[in-house]
Amino acid sequence: MSSNPAGVVGFSPASSGRQLGRGPASEAAARAKSARRRQLGFRAIALGYLALLLLAPVAMIFYRTFEHGLSPVWNAVSAPNAQHAFWLSIEIVAIAVPLNTIFGIGMALLLERGRFWGKSALGLLIDLPFAISPVVVGLSLVLVYGKTGWLGDWLAEQGIQVIFSVPGMVIATAVVSLPFVVRETMPVLRELGTDAEQAAETLGASAWQAFWRVTLPGIRWGVVYGVVLTTARALGEFGAVSIVSGRIEGQTQTLPLYVQDRFENFDITGAYTAAVVLALLALATLLAMNLLTRRAHRGTAI
Amino acid sequence: MAIEVRGVSKRFGDFVALEDVSITVADGALTALLGPSGSGKSTLLRIIAGLETPDSGEVVIDEQDVTASPARNRGVGFVFQHYAPFKHMTVHDNVAFGLSVRKRPKEEIRGRVEELLALVRLDGLAGRYPSQLSGGQLQRMALARALAVQPRVLLLDEPFGALDAQVRAELREWLRKLHEEIHVTTIFVTHDQEEAMEVAEQIVVMNKGRIEQAGAPRELYESPANEFVMSFIGPVNRLGDAFVRPHDIQILAEDDGTGTEALVERVVHLGFEVRVELKLPDGREIWAQVTREEAQQLELSQGQILSVRLPAPRVFAS
Amino acid sequence: MLGIYLTVLVLLPVAALLAKSGSGGTSAFWREISNPEAVAAIKLTLIVSAIVVTINAVFGTLVAWVLVRDEFRGKKIVNALIDLPFALPTIVAGVVLLALYGKDSPIGIDVAFTRASVGLALLFVTLPFVVRSVQPVLLGLDLAMEEAAASLGAGPLTVLRRIVLPTLAPAIISGVALSFARAIGEYGSLVLITGNLPFKTEAGSVYIFGQIQNENLAAAAAVSVVLLLAALLVLALLGFALRRRSRHVL
Repeated sequence: MSSNPAGVVGFSPASSGRQLGRGPASEAAARAKSARRRQLGFRAIALGYLALLLLAPVAMIFYRTFEHGLSPVWNAVSAPNAQHAFWLSIEIVAIAVPLNTIFGIGMALLLERGRFWGKSALGLLIDLPFAISPVVVGLSLVLVYGKTGWLGDWLAEQGIQVIFSVPGMVIATAVVSLPFVVRETMPVLRELGTDAEQAAETLGASAWQAFWRVTLPGIRWGVVYGVVLTTARALGEFGAVSIVSGRIEGQTQTLPLYVQDRFENFDITGAYTAAVVLALLALATLLAMNLLTRRAHRGTAI
Repeated sequence: MAIEVRGVSKRFGDFVALEDVSITVADGALTALLGPSGSGKSTLLRIIAGLETPDSGEVVIDEQDVTASPARNRGVGFVFQHYAPFKHMTVHDNVAFGLSVRKRPKEEIRGRVEELLALVRLDGLAGRYPSQLSGGQLQRMALARALAVQPRVLLLDEPFGALDAQVRAELREWLRKLHEEIHVTTIFVTHDQEEAMEVAEQIVVMNKGRIEQAGAPRELYESPANEFVMSFIGPVNRLGDAFVRPHDIQILAEDDGTGTEALVERVVHLGFEVRVELKLPDGREIWAQVTREEAQQLELSQGQILSVRLPAPRVFAS
Repeated sequence: MLGIYLTVLVLLPVAALLAKSGSGGTSAFWREISNPEAVAAIKLTLIVSAIVVTINAVFGTLVAWVLVRDEFRGKKIVNALIDLPFALPTIVAGVVLLALYGKDSPIGIDVAFTRASVGLALLFVTLPFVVRSVQPVLLGLDLAMEEAAASLGAGPLTVLRRIVLPTLAPAIISGVALSFARAIGEYGSLVLITGNLPFKTEAGSVYIFGQIQNENLAAAAAVSVVLLLAALLVLALLGFALRRRSRHVL
């Protein structure tokens, strides 16, 4: 991660100070000492900040969850509504993530390889979900697919309910996690270049064969990284899903919504337990991200 | 198989890459496309391969118009400048790729790959990944991969460009021998005139999207069609509109009245060859190329004034 | 196919939002966003976000510095944990902060239902932006440049002010802009910890949520458009600043 050549600490390269030979050795030593003190000071402030903002609160919730032993946790986990919320979250992720992955790879190819008018505008549109509040995403979806929305009457005629049911929740989840695969795939696609694909073509491969056998394996780590980010975001989405789901207990309640519901009903153990499950999934995501980054850096020979 | 390119033009936006280019390459010949960067040589090669589409003109391979057919149906082997290895595949799988997309039987593929790896002297490295190969080895792997599908023609884009000097020299020699062995019609692109002279049987000199001259190396050197070819192939002195080869300038041991006076400004020893920088009475500067032995006999030294004989200079109508 | 997907997910909804916010004409739009509660919510969001990104600029750069230039045990783990706020569901972020800084705080700090809680939640969710944008620049920063400045007699503070910070500035600005865009839209982490008290701790996104619950979609749409424009403006300014700067440097 870091390269820290000896003698360069803090803001002041102590070795250069010595090389100057302006002062006696004691002055150089004093300067090195003050650089060392500065370095320790920075470290203490930075780590202290992270501890107070990040580590201590997360550790606290693990402690609070397990402080009365495992049985209340077990009860909370096995509550029917908790179970339902968990599996609903998984179901939504299982639909939204593959959709976004296929879309993401296709869109990355289009943006990276295509030459057409309005390409940069399309790029901005893809990034839009990152600039929009999840609440606004939810509202926008209600305005299109809700009862009084643009497609409300038509959907009602078809007998399709989008808002306050799973389809709407899948759409909301897909919107907020839309850009990840596109954005993670584009740079690896650029790095891969077109030479290998053209080589495949001169060797007799069809466009489809070239994609499956050369392009996709070449970008796989970027895609997987994007999928990990998409999954984490999809699993944790709250604002948009909160609006389009209607938060019907045992029906349209995902795990994050369940956390809120338990908390507001003063079932702290239930809220903490569900939060801990989600936190564990987040930590697993971090682990996956780190392994993938290392693998991508090591190259593709495995 | 013979290759014919007829009246091909290609633009990229405002840039004219090729303008009405026609060449003929005989069956089994080893041809170099030589020119500075931006001369259109790589574009021409890619058009022959089917990796670019010409704006106008035709490409004929083995008397068959292939202008409209995609690269995969042309039966060309293409070696990319940076080899374009499939990084996630072993050397074996790289070489086998063309056969495996053709769904050939496994045993046939294995046999053919072994044969090819022996031909390019990579036997024993079949299980390695491209990242574990040196530049020269990657180059040979790329060649084996291109040859695996038994192409009608072999096209190489700056095949030695990314290699260091010694490997380069070795591979040049090796490519020529390989060509004698398998005799497939071969075109390679280079910006290095020495490389073209050493390897190719025929050289096509390109500049600014046009063909300046095509012919055997010696023919180009001895009777260049124009100024560009003369100065691109071999060293040259420019005297106004006229051109003189440095080794055609004779330094006379004694002034016999036929020569011109010249002041020696600098003597540079480059091993066997010695470069003598001279100033003529009218102020023009030229250089002469002599052997080490000649330089010793003449006792050349800086500041000396001596007599040189200039050959009849070549003048090209512009 | 890509087009249909994008239309269903992004184009249609955004168009519907814009249409809704403009459906009553400019006077209606103006009335919705000048509603005192809406004004208070928007103001709170913008002011707290501005404070939060300022803190992010300082601490994010410091954290990045320590992660790149310092060596200590467990650095890799700390580095990995920086992304936790991105990976953690926002509602969980709120719960987690409440566990330490809520009414049952084991350390006696209770910020729940105060304006400080809004800032705390936003600091948490935006933590990675500045760190992650400064880190790679710092890694690529040529130490020789700092050594050259020091050899010319510059003290540590001068090196920092004249050499290091100007080089890091584009990365810091970009991290700050991304933090800001994220902060003004944040919802999940605020819901539990702020108590959503109108005129006090109710942020813009929370106000929008309330209006949707009250079936007042026009008001919700109008405030949404204001927040959206603020986010896009900041990101556009970022693009502009970076382009200008790169021209300047090259």
